[in-house]
Amino acid sequence: MILLMQYTLIFASVLILVALGGCFSEHSGVINLGLEGIMVMGSLGGALAMKYMPAGSSRFAMILVVVLSAIAVGMLYASLLAVACINFKADQTLVGTALNLLGTAAATVIVKAINSAENPDNVSATIQYVNAKKAFLVNIGSFEFNWFMLMALIALIIAYVTLYKTRFGLRLMACGEHPQAADSVGINVYKMRWAGVLISGLLGGLGGIVYITAGVSEWKFETGAAGFGFLALAVMIFGQWKPWRIALAALLFGLFRALSNVYAGFDFLVALNIPGSVYNMLPYIISLLVLAFTSKNSRAPKAEGIPYDKGSR
Amino acid sequence: MKKDKYAFWKSSVVQSILASLLCIIIGLLIGYIVLLFINPSGAWGGITTILKNFFTYPSHQASLKYFGSTLVKTAPLLMCALSIQFSYKVGLFNIGAAGQYVAGAGACLFAALAWHWPWYACLLLAMLAGAIFGALSGFLKAYCNVNEVISGIMLNWIGLYAVNMLLTNVKESASPYTQNVASFNSSALMPTLGLDKLFSSNKYVTIAVPLSILIAILIWVILSKTKLGYELRATGFNKDAARYCGMKEKKNIILTLIIGGALAGIGAAFLYLSGYEQWECTQSSVPAMGFNGIAATFLGGLDPIGTIFSSYFIQHITSGGAYLDKTMYSSQISDLISSIIIYLCGFVLFFKYYMTNRINRREERAQAKAKAAAENVSDSQEGGEQ
Repeated sequence: MILLMQYTLIFASVLILVALGGCFSEHSGVINLGLEGIMVMGSLGGALAMKYMPAGSSRFAMILVVVLSAIAVGMLYASLLAVACINFKADQTLVGTALNLLGTAAATVIVKAINSAENPDNVSATIQYVNAKKAFLVNIGSFEFNWFMLMALIALIIAYVTLYKTRFGLRLMACGEHPQAADSVGINVYKMRWAGVLISGLLGGLGGIVYITAGVSEWKFETGAAGFGFLALAVMIFGQWKPWRIALAALLFGLFRALSNVYAGFDFLVALNIPGSVYNMLPYIISLLVLAFTSKNSRAPKAEGIPYDKGSR
Repeated sequence: MKKDKYAFWKSSVVQSILASLLCIIIGLLIGYIVLLFINPSGAWGGITTILKNFFTYPSHQASLKYFGSTLVKTAPLLMCALSIQFSYKVGLFNIGAAGQYVAGAGACLFAALAWHWPWYACLLLAMLAGAIFGALSGFLKAYCNVNEVISGIMLNWIGLYAVNMLLTNVKESASPYTQNVASFNSSALMPTLGLDKLFSSNKYVTIAVPLSILIAILIWVILSKTKLGYELRATGFNKDAARYCGMKEKKNIILTLIIGGALAGIGAAFLYLSGYEQWECTQSSVPAMGFNGIAATFLGGLDPIGTIFSSYFIQHITSGGAYLDKTMYSSQISDLISSIIIYLCGFVLFFKYYMTNRINRREERAQAKAKAAAENVSDSQEGGEQ
């Protein structure tokens, strides 16, 4: 039971971080379908940091370096989306999809190149971080507390305050609702949208590193993020683009995702004799069902997905 | 006469081809730079290997044979590309093509191996399975307002796990792969009609290859020459206007994704009923075919005929990646190049806009100059009279 709770919390942390990232981007008016790719690149940045940090480095230094490098790579990668969609008015769906494919392909190529440079016989795309990962864990009884859970909570509070209580957040949301009106009162829409996308890169990259350290101690980069970026988007829609609701939705989805990891530990679930594939499918099925029932009265930002053109009427 | 000077550059077809070529060149250039970073000594050899693909083989016979193999894989890619394209014309981004492809693969392999159906029945079932997956997305979009990209992705993963589960029933006992269609039920193989002889008896070259091209032409006809195509495109252009004109926009959305799904399903049957590949029942990622289709369709300038060529190109470099020296580079370089090409395709619209703008400005300047010159002439003439 504690194991289930632990997995639920860690997967929910991933979903909260990434969904908040999507939330910032969409409130500024850019649909960020590239979150999956951003997660992969962020996780790559973090994993490489864990790989190259000297073994004796302190816990605090380890956490700081890993988090910062994941964030930096995530933001850098998100700026690819920002350039194309904000400055060049590209199709946001197309560019987002391209970033997803590019993320997995690039991460695989990079990791394979690093691995085979170290050892010519090693052509896998896997990075191991068994020891480095321990820096993030604190055992409280049998519950394995992960610092990332706290970070997700802090991110949630900061996101709420930023969006609803600061001038920046309210301006950001204005750009997603009615960019022309925002521009008319002197807000630079392009800058605001850049900010939104970069914040989504920050949170997406952080979510990526949390995802690959949740439960496993090595990551095969060919798998990418296994649709988690899209689950986060579903969480965001289910949460109606509002931080606290996103957190609740993330807990629900996290629970179903965690079940596929730990169902073997529950006697009554094992007794049902359902194949493991069904548990793997469960989060996706649930999210489809949930979306089917909640999307009708969607509170999506009105101008999302439409490139802002100063000259258009 | 003056108009003709720029008409060539103004034509949308020419601009599309130029834009696609530019995407390819920049994509390959970035790929080359990546190779340089990984291992500078073999980079030039690497990029030429990708571009050469089957020409790597010295003998004419062998290269012809592997040209056939590239074509075998081009057929399903073309179908996936058409599936995405058909939906895109109606304003829907069918990223679920990958899942519809998976559903088709599951259906045709199960029918062939468990029920011993003949190939045409398997093909139809694959088409149906893809269509059902497409219909699910379409229904959710039309009646529940679920973004088709998100439902598509969810269905991709659901499809993958479901098909893995289904095909485990017909797999070889010693390996994670499904039974070989050729030895288990040869009536499920698509007929070759002598096409294999053209490619140094490459037995995988079946009627799938010409069929896929025929279907591409058919899609072009439907989209640009029929009432149905017109209605669908009108719905994509402006849903509300289409509804105002009495078109049933909900029906059109669902119908589009059904057709899109059917196309992707047929694509899977084209590959798996040729016996070229077996399904791996433990695979943990959605096959890349559906995603490469996105690259092909946008590189082809969203035109069914252009897509025939771009599909071939994408498959050509993907197959070429397999010949890379594995001790130096990974074959995913090809995926990297095609995903960069998709990214660059996002700029195509801007490129066309910029180009038309440049031409217009140049034309204006030329006109102004001509006018000024004419005025000068008349001025001097006036002067002469005095």
